[in-house]
Amino acid sequence: MSAAEQTTEQKKFNMDTVANAAATPETELPWAELGLKQNEFEEVVKVLGRRPTAAELAMYSVMWSEHCSYKSSKNHLRQFGDKVSEEMKKDMLVGIGENAGVTNLGDGWAVTFKIESHNSPTMIEPYQGAATGIGGIVRDIISMGARPVAVMDPLRFGAIDHPDTARVIHGAVAGIGGYGNSLGLPNIGGEMVFDSVYQGNPLVNALAVGVMRHEDIRLANASGKGNKVVLFGARTGGDGIGGASILSSESFDDTKPSKRPAVQVGDPFAEKVLIECCLELFKGSLVEGIQDLGAAGISCATSELASNGDGGMEVELTSVLLRDPTLTPGEILMSESQERMMAVVSPENIEAFEATMDKWAVEYSWLGEVTDTGRLIIKWDGEVIVDVDPRTVAHDGPLYDRPYARPEWQDALQADTFKSSEAGANLPATGDELKAALVELMASPNMCDKSWITNQYDRYVGGNTALAAPDDAGVIRVDEETGLGVALATDANGRYTFLDPYHGAQLALAESYRNVATSGAVPMAVSDCLNFGSPEDPDVMWQLAEAIRGLSDACLELGVPVTGGNVSLYNQTGSTPIHPTPVVAMLGKFDDVERRTPSGWRADADGQAIYLLGTTFDELDGSEFANIRGHLGGLPPKVDLAAEKTLGAILINASRDGMIDSAHDLSEGGLGAALGEMALRYGVGARVALDDLCERDGVDAFTALFSESQARAIVAVPRSEEVRFNDMATARQFPVVRLGVVDAASTSLEIQGQFNLDLAELREAHEATLPKYFG
Amino acid sequence: MSATELPLIGDYSTPVAALSGARIGVVTFPGTLDDRDAARAVRLAGAEAVSLWHADADLADVDAVVIPGGFSYGDYLRAGAISRFAPMMSKIIDAANSDAKLPVLGICNGFQILTESHLLPGSMIKNDHLKFLCRDQVLRVENNATAWTNQYAKGEEITIVLKNQDGQYVADEKTLDALEAEGRVAFSYVGWNPNGSRRNIAGITNAAGNVVGLMPHPEHAVEAGFGPDHTGTDGLGFFTSVLTHLVGGQK
Repeated sequence: MSAAEQTTEQKKFNMDTVANAAATPETELPWAELGLKQNEFEEVVKVLGRRPTAAELAMYSVMWSEHCSYKSSKNHLRQFGDKVSEEMKKDMLVGIGENAGVTNLGDGWAVTFKIESHNSPTMIEPYQGAATGIGGIVRDIISMGARPVAVMDPLRFGAIDHPDTARVIHGAVAGIGGYGNSLGLPNIGGEMVFDSVYQGNPLVNALAVGVMRHEDIRLANASGKGNKVVLFGARTGGDGIGGASILSSESFDDTKPSKRPAVQVGDPFAEKVLIECCLELFKGSLVEGIQDLGAAGISCATSELASNGDGGMEVELTSVLLRDPTLTPGEILMSESQERMMAVVSPENIEAFEATMDKWAVEYSWLGEVTDTGRLIIKWDGEVIVDVDPRTVAHDGPLYDRPYARPEWQDALQADTFKSSEAGANLPATGDELKAALVELMASPNMCDKSWITNQYDRYVGGNTALAAPDDAGVIRVDEETGLGVALATDANGRYTFLDPYHGAQLALAESYRNVATSGAVPMAVSDCLNFGSPEDPDVMWQLAEAIRGLSDACLELGVPVTGGNVSLYNQTGSTPIHPTPVVAMLGKFDDVERRTPSGWRADADGQAIYLLGTTFDELDGSEFANIRGHLGGLPPKVDLAAEKTLGAILINASRDGMIDSAHDLSEGGLGAALGEMALRYGVGARVALDDLCERDGVDAFTALFSESQARAIVAVPRSEEVRFNDMATARQFPVVRLGVVDAASTSLEIQGQFNLDLAELREAHEATLPKYFG
Repeated sequence: MSATELPLIGDYSTPVAALSGARIGVVTFPGTLDDRDAARAVRLAGAEAVSLWHADADLADVDAVVIPGGFSYGDYLRAGAISRFAPMMSKIIDAANSDAKLPVLGICNGFQILTESHLLPGSMIKNDHLKFLCRDQVLRVENNATAWTNQYAKGEEITIVLKNQDGQYVADEKTLDALEAEGRVAFSYVGWNPNGSRRNIAGITNAAGNVVGLMPHPEHAVEAGFGPDHTGTDGLGFFTSVLTHLVGGQK
């Protein structure tokens, strides 16, 4: 007897069949170790009318986890579907609930995009955790029938000088690069924030975007009795077992054993081959339904495919190709091994399907078929080990109305304004002080040059990248004939959201909207990744409820629907949660990406007029300037969505009509940072005066430079367009003030009457920070 | 397929008739990434791009071949080490060494495959700083007498995209001396050596000048708006050079 046969024999001996479960109701099951709560286990018993088998328990435990079931957030997330106008539905081809939402781009093109978290795996094993985050989100995009065309990665790490931050950032950035670069997907942007609140809980969110023709849209359902179920791609191994339940749905605690085996291991080469192979399957219309294997592996794929289709499926688990022959049925069902897909194939396409697999040398195995029984039956060597209604696994999980309340400390936090605090005393006032403050700001961890990270990513592959970081949005051409394309930006501000979750979430949305519009694209749709602490803490639950309410209200007002996303909870160490961090990804559309607006002026822009759009208020609370001084309190900048909409319309029209050559949104760091970044983009200086601005808005030079008031942007306008541009802004009754001119002969940023900042000096400070800490 | 459809890898459409009538093959291995970009560069230069699949042993009557960048076979074992044994590579090696001297350009992973195939000497190891690096890179054209560089001036500086993890060119001293003495260094890095390559070598040619390999990516610098700094088109000369070479107009 061979070792494999022996193992099968052994497994059969220990097999917990459905018949066995019915006959032995008293058997103790390890439901708590698998992450289920007592009431949840009792619910499983009630649903089945008997105790679950070991395999069924494995399935329910992962599918009913917070990560897969959204049991704490679902009640609140409904608002994204409820607060939607008819106008917002117009271009939505596939909404929330599928692997990713799909938006109509016109000309028969559709775009699908989604953002997801891979926070906990990255904390434990930074390289593989971050790499498989990219891998997973890319498979979601393929599952929709699309060719992936770009990725983005909003990242948040602990304090820049904490020793563990270097471990996490080196691994995470190399992992994202190592995986994404190997897939041939340009990385076109993201975010980088350092804050000690993320010390034990780094946030690694990953976004992927794909494009397809309308007729190529695929959905995850198993229809057509007698159609075959096939698993293809990488073999199933022992990695990532219980990733969704025991990693992503609990808080970390030093007293527990290492969870490293729960992190998946990625093989980007296998995924690249899988992408091309799947696109050939789609082109030949060889699959009826398709689902990627991510969180909860085969448990998720079988139960979701079955419950979204005709409701029944029967599979033989011994047919699964394994890397490790000793895996138990439960482990096979829970494994989150990467680079796997499950598809439903009609019998007449089997031969063509197999030929495509063989061409790309992809392994596959036929597991079973679609039935109309309404049951998901999983067998092991012919014996039934799972017999469930797939809806009870995939969709009818527990739902919690978690208690929440405004934290007792929220009032005191909001009353502690920057300017009333000790940190807010002795603010820079003289020209020299303002200059030193700007240099310090632009060298600070959150505002410094990010090319240490972005240079580790391929931003060119594909030949369709029209803008990438550090520009305000990443821009990808979709159609080479017409120039049709998309813009994407991701934004969040944990400090703003901590001060005021409702408005903080709206500010993230407003910034992403502004960034997309600044690039010249029309904002169309949103995907969000809600990173929060434990929902079992009423303070955190309030933050989550408020953020969702704020975000959904603002989406309705701005007219941009949420098409999908992800919730990541339990991001906390002990009882200390991270700042609530709702990351918003905005998708915009270009009729022609040639019209995109870069975020800096070139030497040939000499003499162009620099205008500031929007109003500057005294808004320093929660700002980067306050952050540098170690202060966090007060209220974040005011949200004005009507102003954001008007500003967006001005920027989009100005781009389309050729009135502006460059534009940059004002956000963290305010006007000072924005001017510095625009000048550094191509190393071209400018002469600026703040007097008119200060007089009109009633602020001093310090506030003008460092306030983070919203709905503002800087634009550079060619002389010939100045009248037209001013007329447009005035006609829309939007505040606009001329600040100065681009000066190609100058190598400095001159703030007249205040200081003259040499660009070489600024660049040195701006670029030295990350290499200093990370080599 | 319609002109607006996204070409699948291995299925390049040529929406407009090729201007020169030349057929330039672009090889796809499992894990190749820049094949669509290389095909686009060929088309923009005015030739027809012909898809060549690694497992086929038929050159499809192409007039020249581009082996594009990527991570063929995941760079597992060693970059280019497995691809070198593909049936298509045997055909390319024979054709490059034949009297007809088929022009062959290897870019990045393609360069690595060419050294593994012994069409070019030396090898590539991990960058000296150990990280993947993507940047706009200035190169000096050291040899403008090859099939792929004749549209450049000798000493001309061009900016194209560099992006790799294993880009450090190494060879023994004797080989390096010979490459320099025989004028077979085709491109060198200017300003900064981005990966520790010996003698700042970015690309080399064989003695006949038909086989050229380099680490940076000319195919990412062929279209204004999508190249280095979103403006540069300095890479297009590689592809117009081979067309000039094919019609016998080599300088």
